[in-house]
Amino acid sequence: MSAVQATGSTGSTGRRPAAKPPRRSPFAWLREHVVLILGILVLAYTFVPIAVVVLMSFNEPISEQSKIYEFNGFTLDNWLNPCEDPSMCSALGRSIEIGLLATLLATLLGTLAAFALVRHQFKGRSTSNLLIFMPMAAPEIVLGSSLLAMFVAAGLAGQLGFWTIFIAHVMFCLSFVVVTVRARLAGMDDALEQAAMDLYATPAQTFWKITFPLVFPGILGAAMLSFSLSFDDFIVTNLNSGNTTTFPMYVWGVSRRSVPMQINVVGTVMIVISLAIVLIGQSRARRQAA
Amino acid sequence: MAETVRRRGRTGYLLIIPGALWLLVFFAFPFYSLIATSLYDPTGSDFRGYQMTYAFGNYVDVVEAYWQPLLRSLLYGAIATFFCLVLGYVLAYAIAFKSGRYKTLMLVLVIAPFLTSFLVRTLSWKLLLADDGFIVNTLQLLQVLGDDGRLLATPFAVVAGLTYNFLPFMVLPLFASLDKMDYRLIEASRDLYGNPVVSFFKVTWPLSLPGVVSGTLLTFIPAVGDFINAELLGNTNTRMIGNVVQSLFTDANDYPAAGALSVILMTMILAMVLVYVRRAGTEELL
Repeated sequence: MSAVQATGSTGSTGRRPAAKPPRRSPFAWLREHVVLILGILVLAYTFVPIAVVVLMSFNEPISEQSKIYEFNGFTLDNWLNPCEDPSMCSALGRSIEIGLLATLLATLLGTLAAFALVRHQFKGRSTSNLLIFMPMAAPEIVLGSSLLAMFVAAGLAGQLGFWTIFIAHVMFCLSFVVVTVRARLAGMDDALEQAAMDLYATPAQTFWKITFPLVFPGILGAAMLSFSLSFDDFIVTNLNSGNTTTFPMYVWGVSRRSVPMQINVVGTVMIVISLAIVLIGQSRARRQAA
Repeated sequence: MAETVRRRGRTGYLLIIPGALWLLVFFAFPFYSLIATSLYDPTGSDFRGYQMTYAFGNYVDVVEAYWQPLLRSLLYGAIATFFCLVLGYVLAYAIAFKSGRYKTLMLVLVIAPFLTSFLVRTLSWKLLLADDGFIVNTLQLLQVLGDDGRLLATPFAVVAGLTYNFLPFMVLPLFASLDKMDYRLIEASRDLYGNPVVSFFKVTWPLSLPGVVSGTLLTFIPAVGDFINAELLGNTNTRMIGNVVQSLFTDANDYPAAGALSVILMTMILAMVLVYVRRAGTEELL
């Protein structure tokens, strides 16, 4: 079937990229770049709501009665008084606190596990792999409701709050840390480590001077991923939070009433900070490579 | 490159045990609790406590009561995954083969919008799709939507929100498998097949299947369980299974029903994943 079409068009050899293309018609240019243009359009589409978030962070507040969420006029008030609603800032602080603590423990446990899986032979490897994979394959609502079922069965229904959120976040961040660090470790050539050992470095010296610095970017990436997962989580958190409110839960709560424009300030700051981190990392990597 | 030698001995156990224990206690064991909860006597309550009565009837009851949101979740998840695949493939292909020296920059830009809060992002879709908003007015002007037509609080808005929010889960695995591909294979197929469409379906698509499989799974699973989009962008007729489970747990305190629904959701997803991976695996061999 395809042979027919193939013979039909084998004559056209001009599609192969030549060293110096002759002048082409705009139509040919368009055909050459159509995929790139479509790709950029998709990319632009993903930024549409972000533009709205940035724009709304400069919006004048919306009256309590008005249910409509629209642009009223330009103001810097939201940026000057981010904590106009103190409960938003306390929720934000709590999210940062939980995010940092959960990231710390998840990164530690996950990095150790990644080393075990890549570098060591032990019984139960495949079971461990399954145990690490499963939380990533389960929908969040199932993770959250399972944990809640256990906490309630253990008689902890009244104690839901900061620490149960922390436990949940470490649980779902852990798998992502293992996967990230494991990828870095598995892609690493151990020739440098063997060279260090040959030159009489002790195992501890080899680890801290060679292995750890090489794996560190992976660990750092895993930590940032796990902070953003923890900071942004709503579904699991909401089920296991009791009366404690995190930032996503605050947004959920106000979305049913009137939305304070300050949440858009937080949204803007989040994207600026994370873009800055990524871009600084990129330029540093490029400088090291050069 | 030499294969890393795996060391034997006690260290391996010491390294894996803390993490594995955390997952056993806070992931595997809770799942057992969930199954147990789903079999409790449905007449129990928070205050009086629950009795374990192996009430398998709970499952029949919840399916009878909630089969609609259950099917709707699968449907919305599948449609959103399809749209993610189309949009994500175009984007991943453009980055992998057409972006030249801007590859890294474009990859960063793929992730960037998703570093803001999920809820804040979804609220801004609510604004974009609102009645009398720019999009609705334009569509009404173009007669695509009727004069009283709306986008917000419709299934369309929910699916659009799901598609948007889970797009990076599709783009990144697709990019990973396309980027590994040898572009000369595509060039060779262009020379042999000529027609770009034929060469896409004969060469590029089959070679990118691993990315397609993991991308669709990574999109479909969270999309089916999500309830944020359905709550913020939908109406009472677009409730998904996540909305039901969450309100049964937090508002109605009907733990056995919520547990049973969660178990059903997890089982369905596991079954679909197994079938899907197996089928995709054999197709790859053919």
